[in-house]
Amino acid sequence: MEYVLSILGPMLEGTVLTLQMFFITIALSLPLGLVLALARISHFSFLSKPVGVYIWLFRGTPLMLQLLFIYFGLPFVPVIGVRLEDFPAAVVAFALNYAAYFAEIFRAGIQSVDRGQYEGAKVLGLSYLQTMRRIILPQVIYRVLPPVSNETITLVKDTSLIYALAMNDLLRTTRGIVQRDFNTTPFIVAAVFYLAMTLVLTWGFQKLEKKYSAYEA
Amino acid sequence: MKKIVAENIDKWYGQLEVLKKISLSVDAGEVVAVIGPSGSGKSTFLRCLNRLEEIDGGRIEVDGEVLVETGAAGVVYAPDADSRRICRKMGMVFQQFNLFPHLTVLENLIEAPMLVKGLAKEAIIPEAEALLRKVGLFEKRDNYPARLSGGQKQRVAIARALAMKPEIMLFDEPTSALDPELTGEVLRAMRQLAEEHMTMVVVTHEMGFAREVANRVVFMDQGEIVEEGKPAELFSRPQHPRTQAFLNSML
Ligand SMILES: Nc1ncnc2c1ncn2[C@@H]1O[C@H](COP(=O)(O)OP(=O)(O)OP(=O)(O)O)[C@@H](O)[C@H]1O
Ligand SMILES: [Mg+2]
Repeated sequence: MEYVLSILGPMLEGTVLTLQMFFITIALSLPLGLVLALARISHFSFLSKPVGVYIWLFRGTPLMLQLLFIYFGLPFVPVIGVRLEDFPAAVVAFALNYAAYFAEIFRAGIQSVDRGQYEGAKVLGLSYLQTMRRIILPQVIYRVLPPVSNETITLVKDTSLIYALAMNDLLRTTRGIVQRDFNTTPFIVAAVFYLAMTLVLTWGFQKLEKKYSAYEA
Repeated sequence: MKKIVAENIDKWYGQLEVLKKISLSVDAGEVVAVIGPSGSGKSTFLRCLNRLEEIDGGRIEVDGEVLVETGAAGVVYAPDADSRRICRKMGMVFQQFNLFPHLTVLENLIEAPMLVKGLAKEAIIPEAEALLRKVGLFEKRDNYPARLSGGQKQRVAIARALAMKPEIMLFDEPTSALDPELTGEVLRAMRQLAEEHMTMVVVTHEMGFAREVANRVVFMDQGEIVEEGKPAELFSRPQHPRTQAFLNSML
């Protein structure tokens, strides 16, 4: 027990980094995903086609590869090449990757709304933006909550990939302690930390689903 | 005064000519029932009037304003802002209700007046409540649509359309999705509206309603208006063989 308390400090520090990665990624990738989804279903092929390629690229290659590429490879790309510090590089990779997944979830959600909803809104005089914001998206949110919940839980665990950039998130910190002390207890503590985070998420999404399900029969 | 003037409306879906240059005008306060077999183009015609579908030829005038006309340059619609304003003069009720499921009954009514007309919520709630009373659903104001029967949903849909204070109401088979015992309550609401001299175009299979409430019945078949007339005459002495065949099949 005393041992656990002694490693708690550094592990909490690692957890803070994990949570930072998590929240920043969510805050960026959800809105980006929504914009991408709207572009993907747009009738303008100069919007929908490139977004299709984007989604294919980011869902079709390993997140680890994207992470390494943005950190190590991007500086050598002509024109757009920039050198990013480890944290911003990781944020960019995660946000771009998760936005691709969210875009597909939102696209499916938007397309699952009956055409009659658009027509009902149109004959009442609502504009496209008003229809989206007030009629379609509120219904989409409810429908996409389960898959979005899934993705966010995956993200909590995916953040551990940043060990590849030698960043001390929860998992890398834990591994360091295990190697230093020849003791595997920290792994168990780390598991408890991850489980606690996903538990809070699961619970939060359940609350949201309940709130939005008020209108279902 | 003419509320709707539609002339030579042409509409194609790919190779299929769905409306073959049909013309119809509707007087203020008139109730026109449109009948005809499935696939004859009744819905398409109604949806062309309020631009849910765009026409491939012809001219539509609503309440004295030109929504669309066809000239040497082809089909030209009024500029977007005008077109939307003109179309707003027509409320529409669909077969499938198309209520907004995430909004309560009252919210369904006030959403468009708030967003489109920029009215304050407090200002429109009394009117919305009055409309709900009129269709007999005031007690349901805080329910979500999923909790309503089909007949109640359709009455809410009628009230929702009326909340925008339209000059004209378009109905596309408003009772076809309802169990037979629920059609009466919806037809009653529509009859009341007709008695208040609302201009109405009603696509319907309810021959009883067409006979009793409509001022004029229009029979469509294969994209054409085959015959039209006062209900008493058209139902008892149909002139055209296609009308006769259709009316016989409805008995
Ligand atoms: N979006 C569409 N694309 C292609 N064809 C269509 C489309 N909508 C309607 N049609 C065709 O146009 C014709 C007229 O259809 P419409 O829905 O106007 O008929 P209707 O008289 O309303 O029939 P019903 O009584 O079954 O509602 C039909 O042959 C139909 O298959
Ligand atoms: Mg139809």
